[in-house]
Amino acid sequence: MDFLVFQYPMISVQACLDGILLGILFALIAYGMALQWGVMNIINIAQGDLVILGGYIAYFMYLYGIHPAWGVIVSPIIMFFVGIAIYKLVINKVVDRDLFISILATFGISILFMQLMNFAFGADVVLANSDYGTTMLFNNNVVLPNSKIFSAFISILFAICLVIYMKKSKLGRAIRATAQNARAAKILGVDTEKVYAATFGINAALCGVAGALISITFTIHPYMGLPYTIRSFMIVIIAGLGNLPGVAMSGMGLGVFEEFADYILGTEFRIGSVFLLLVLILVYRRFKLSRKREYLK
Amino acid sequence: MNKNNLILYIGILSFGIAAPFLFPAFKVQLSILCVLIILATTWNIQGGEMGYNSFGNILFYGLGMYLCASVQVGMFFPLAEWTESGGEKTFVHTPAQFFQGMAVGLLVAAVVPTIVAGLIGYSILGLRGHYFAICTLGLGVAAGEISGGIEIIGAGQGFTTPPFPDVGNLESRGEFFYFLSFIVLILTFIAVRGIYSTRFKLILNAIRDNEDKAEAMGIQTMKYKIVGWMISAFFCGLAGGIMGGLVGYIDSTDVAFDGREMGVFMVLMAILGGKGTLWGPIIGATVFHIFKEGFWTFFLGWQYVALGVLIVVIVIYFPEGIMGWLREKYPERFGEVVDEKDRKAQVELK
Repeated sequence: MDFLVFQYPMISVQACLDGILLGILFALIAYGMALQWGVMNIINIAQGDLVILGGYIAYFMYLYGIHPAWGVIVSPIIMFFVGIAIYKLVINKVVDRDLFISILATFGISILFMQLMNFAFGADVVLANSDYGTTMLFNNNVVLPNSKIFSAFISILFAICLVIYMKKSKLGRAIRATAQNARAAKILGVDTEKVYAATFGINAALCGVAGALISITFTIHPYMGLPYTIRSFMIVIIAGLGNLPGVAMSGMGLGVFEEFADYILGTEFRIGSVFLLLVLILVYRRFKLSRKREYLK
Repeated sequence: MNKNNLILYIGILSFGIAAPFLFPAFKVQLSILCVLIILATTWNIQGGEMGYNSFGNILFYGLGMYLCASVQVGMFFPLAEWTESGGEKTFVHTPAQFFQGMAVGLLVAAVVPTIVAGLIGYSILGLRGHYFAICTLGLGVAAGEISGGIEIIGAGQGFTTPPFPDVGNLESRGEFFYFLSFIVLILTFIAVRGIYSTRFKLILNAIRDNEDKAEAMGIQTMKYKIVGWMISAFFCGLAGGIMGGLVGYIDSTDVAFDGREMGVFMVLMAILGGKGTLWGPIIGATVFHIFKEGFWTFFLGWQYVALGVLIVVIVIYFPEGIMGWLREKYPERFGEVVDEKDRKAQVELK
């Protein structure tokens, strides 16, 4: 299995396509991360757990006989209110503080969510079956599940809607103004508290969409949150805050990297390689910046 | 050292020596407490004093754990066959072999993580603030995931450490591990106390307060940061080696590189007690351990929920810790001179 990638070029094509479809999903989560990081200056370790929670909402709809694809609409609505609740309880107390405080506090939320989901839904690996079938390409050499194509399509749709909303609507303008300068925005009459709550809610809703799509295309498990957080963090630091094309590109790149790591190193090293890549990217950027006597800020 | 301090130290020392005989049922818990104190105190060297909040000291802890056990087995028996047979006792250590292996193992478990810290220090410590935190978190989890895929140390199914040899007395296992961890704890305390009374600590504090300025003052900050991290790694490795023998079973993600539990615990204990103080992490670890065992006993099954809530509450409402709170309340005890006028003016400002 090890070096199949080099012997059969079609597998490379398969890995690339899989990776790109997967990466679009990552980019959606990372967009939420970039949004809250840019606006509220917090890093949310519980991001991945919000994704998994969104996935469980879709899974439950599937259990009750509703097609899980409707989760794409239901789950963000529920997650929006979950996000606002988290903001009111915890996040509003860490917004102005040191970033490390927000990391630790959200780590606590992450542990809490992980365990609550473990109680509520059990520790089994589950998936919501969408019955979408598969698409064969290149003389049946490349197999793509339709659910993956569907999920990529929905992710792009949501991302476009969000971008338009941020550009055109009043709240979107308020969010962008707060991201640029919270104090000035406050002076000009923006209720920053409300903007923060809405931002976190939108982020949670994005996680909800991504989670619902992940429950259709892949599997979900209560403890699988942290890798999604790390992936989105990684995408954001590669692309930079507020750079949407960059987020999309680096998301796809990460997806492709992961698929190849899966084929070449073996599935057991997949998550490990993601975490190692994060370390390598940070170290690379550190050396690149230190040539100009600067550091990552 | 004044008279009060001396009495305090003698009191703690005699309590430490008498504890396993006073509370024979809690020997394992007391040993774990010692290990936790070591972890919190050494985290504090670079987390509290240097301002580099690391989630990655778990890397050295897990490394020490695996190294100590592997050396202990590998010195006398083929390592691959040992892990192959799992928990089956095909090979039995004689007492002499066990203790010899443990001594060499602990030495290796202390030295290798120190070298690793020195090697990766230059690249990792160039990152600052939350980038450092996330990077070290990634390191810890990556180490867990990767060691879970390596066959010779048991891969996903875990690694059984050599069982304690039969030396005639049933109580001796607990006593051995308790005194081992207690001695290492005392050594750690002496070392850390020694460090904190030198210029080295002031340099670490300067790095915490303003690294650029410290550099501009002519301090080679990178050198000191690496040394600080290496000291942490040394004691973390030792603590890991002891903990491996104490638990008796090493699993890659649940025992050794347990970034979600032990990795957060050490940060939390130091914060609970008070970052950047000598006694803070010790008090924090003791209080935390008592709380944790209480949760584990009374809220069985809900312990992680309680833990998550505890983390959030401590971080949000208690970021200064116990020592910070005491310091605010009784500044005179900490040798701070308080100007009454100044204090009143500050209250009015608030």
